[in-house]
Amino acid sequence: MASPKQIIKNSAVVNDDWSVLRLQEGDTAETVIVPIGKTLVPLKVWLAQKTVLMHRADIGVWFASDERVEDLQDDVAKFSVIAVDFPKFGDGRGYTIAYRLRNRAGYRGELRAIGDVLRDQLFYMQRAGFDAFAVRADKDIHEALKSLKDFSITYQASTDEAQPLFRRVQRGA
Amino acid sequence: MYRYDQFDHQITAERVAQFRDQVRRRLLGELAEDEFRILRLQNGLYMQIHAYMMRIAVPYGMVSSDQMRMFAHIARKYDRGYGHFTTRQNIQFNWLKLQDAPDILADLATVEMHANQTSGNCIRNITSDEFAGVARDEIIDPRPYAEILRQWSTFHPEFGFLPRKFKFSITGATTDRAAIAVNDVGLQAVRNEQGEVGFRVLVGGGLGRTPFIGTEIASFIPWQHILTYSESIVRVFNEYGRRDNLYKARIKILVNAIGIDEFRRQVEEDWKFTKDGPCTVTQAELDRVAACFTAPAYEKLADVALPSDNKAFSNWVARNVKPHKVAGYASVVLSLKNAGIAPGDATEAQMDAVADLADKYSFGELRITHVQNLVLADVKQADLFALWEAAKASGLATPNIGLLTDIICCPGGDYCTLANARSITLAKAIDERFDDLDYLHDIGEIDLNISGCINACGHHHVGHIGILGVDKSGEEWYQITIGGNKGSPANIGKVIGRSFSFAQIPEVISRLLQVYVAKRDEGERFIDTLRRVGPDPFKEFVYATPVPEEAKLQMPDYELMAQGTPYDTPLYSPRF
Ligand code: HEM
Ligand code: SF4
Repeated sequence: MASPKQIIKNSAVVNDDWSVLRLQEGDTAETVIVPIGKTLVPLKVWLAQKTVLMHRADIGVWFASDERVEDLQDDVAKFSVIAVDFPKFGDGRGYTIAYRLRNRAGYRGELRAIGDVLRDQLFYMQRAGFDAFAVRADKDIHEALKSLKDFSITYQASTDEAQPLFRRVQRGA
Repeated sequence: MYRYDQFDHQITAERVAQFRDQVRRRLLGELAEDEFRILRLQNGLYMQIHAYMMRIAVPYGMVSSDQMRMFAHIARKYDRGYGHFTTRQNIQFNWLKLQDAPDILADLATVEMHANQTSGNCIRNITSDEFAGVARDEIIDPRPYAEILRQWSTFHPEFGFLPRKFKFSITGATTDRAAIAVNDVGLQAVRNEQGEVGFRVLVGGGLGRTPFIGTEIASFIPWQHILTYSESIVRVFNEYGRRDNLYKARIKILVNAIGIDEFRRQVEEDWKFTKDGPCTVTQAELDRVAACFTAPAYEKLADVALPSDNKAFSNWVARNVKPHKVAGYASVVLSLKNAGIAPGDATEAQMDAVADLADKYSFGELRITHVQNLVLADVKQADLFALWEAAKASGLATPNIGLLTDIICCPGGDYCTLANARSITLAKAIDERFDDLDYLHDIGEIDLNISGCINACGHHHVGHIGILGVDKSGEEWYQITIGGNKGSPANIGKVIGRSFSFAQIPEVISRLLQVYVAKRDEGERFIDTLRRVGPDPFKEFVYATPVPEEAKLQMPDYELMAQGTPYDTPLYSPRF
């Protein structure tokens, strides 16, 4: 499966050479062959083939929306890219996965949103902890980039802002 | 009232700009309807049978007279001259055009209002006690906390796409007027032994297809921790709430499936990371917000004797005027339940009129109640007579608060695509059958709730008498429940038996009331008698003989339109 050629990363459109491995009919996590080259593998595949894959530097992992950050345990620090899949843009579990990866598991590498990633979700995704976005291929990625600036102020704390507004500024003006 | 600071203004303005661009892209076809849908819903915009409907947030039900005038302006400029106040203390406009929606939001922003998160699978507008700040049984004023929660939940980045909508309700009084037990999270202010303020937290209440009364997850969460604790509840729900079945996606299903103890364990497991962290509410922030809710400049007055020679006025005082904690003052409920008008509807002229009344008699503020009426909270007792005359002139002085005709009712089949049956039209039929005020006063307090389908927008489960529209081979039928109660204590009503036709319902209600009148003890309300004698005598009498259909109601032209209401209501939705 080819991944989009361009992604948004650190608020810019950049070329990307990672591909996303998705299990096809008949594949199992234990037996699927992980191609050579930079590959984001499903969490299940990582867990099943860890002893082999851990020697490769070009492996990242992606979470399905019903998977748990705890399942990756201490492996988090091994990766330079972790992705979270949005099967439908209305499935909001990925936001909490991102929050947990950043705030509980202490992950500092690239955190990428993949799947049904649309412009109007990017602002929240960025706040929850994503810094890379594989915008759905049929959408204009340069247009999507604009949405990261939809709001200049936010009320609550999240991954991007440890402090809620009432501690960040003098309110009441 | 809460007043926006520069930050609130800016966030609201940026939201309007964002939505304006989304509407532009939708109109250009860049956004497909299924992608746009979720965005418009987060701005309160529904697509209904006839037009777009917008639900505007009225945080915890408080509106200023200027905001009320803005509603009148929207009704005039963009709608058909009226609006509908809802059971979540919001207002809805039913006849809007998509193109106008950004302008409406921009107009609202000028009076510090918005439609954020009034729909969609996110944290909804937070509801509270309509007598907050003035009720005699209040422990603390819940509104500062409601506002702090509003800001925390507004555009919360993690919680914009929850399994399902998520509703908070908060009360600061000993009597629960905010229906906290039927919300996803219910907060009840309490003081501990040291006199410190905190919240008892209920979780997993809700109506709809599977009604549940909320369960206590914590008996005392100190107020400083209310944001972090709430956040952990919603986070666990976001992860584990079901997403495979729309009807099993509410938190009540999750809590019931794993049990309250396991749910609490998960919440506390998460909370330990954030408790005492930066999201702990500061005294300075509480003070800043609470300063917006200080008592108005009451005059030093004594309670006054009201004129007793006018029966109509006395009736109104008995039903629509409520005690106030300050001597010489009273709270007044303006009834939006008038024969032939959909419960909760108000015309633009009425909105302007109540805004004027608020300016003249109640410090320029109003509240919207969850039974779809309006409240002037701080009226001098000496002004009551003049206020009554003015309210009467605007058709807002029906003395029926808490009585049978103070019906709570959803839009139903006349408007709603999901309906099995008409609600508004049925409310009108009931209203007509029981139009004798003396009889209504004799029957006394009773909650009658109507929902057109199991989504329960009319809260039929918690009506003393609940009416639910059901579908039998494509025809509209109604199921009756009795014994529900919306708070203190909350109860889910029980079905009495097989369902009835539209034209039978007024007779069914009449029979239920006859049993009450025959069985009641001195001073008992309908619900008290029902609790004492049990449901059986009621059931037996209702089904003892065939229930006749009321002839007039069977006529095909029995509809609101024929009665010259201010707007056209189609009899049936295209679904029928
Ligand atoms: C015609 C437009 C409307 C539509 C299509 C609609 C649709 C729905 C649906 C589908 C639900 C169930 C959601 C769930 O169980 O998760 C629901 C619940 C609810 N609706 Fe509406 N509704 C409409 C109008 C209203 C109005 C006008 C009110 C207020 C008067 C209202 C108040 C409520 C309330 C309070 C609930 C929550 C009941 C609960 O706790 O489960 N709705 N609505
Ligand atoms: S209860 Fe059903 S019929 Fe009534 S408004 Fe809600 S969804 Fe529509």
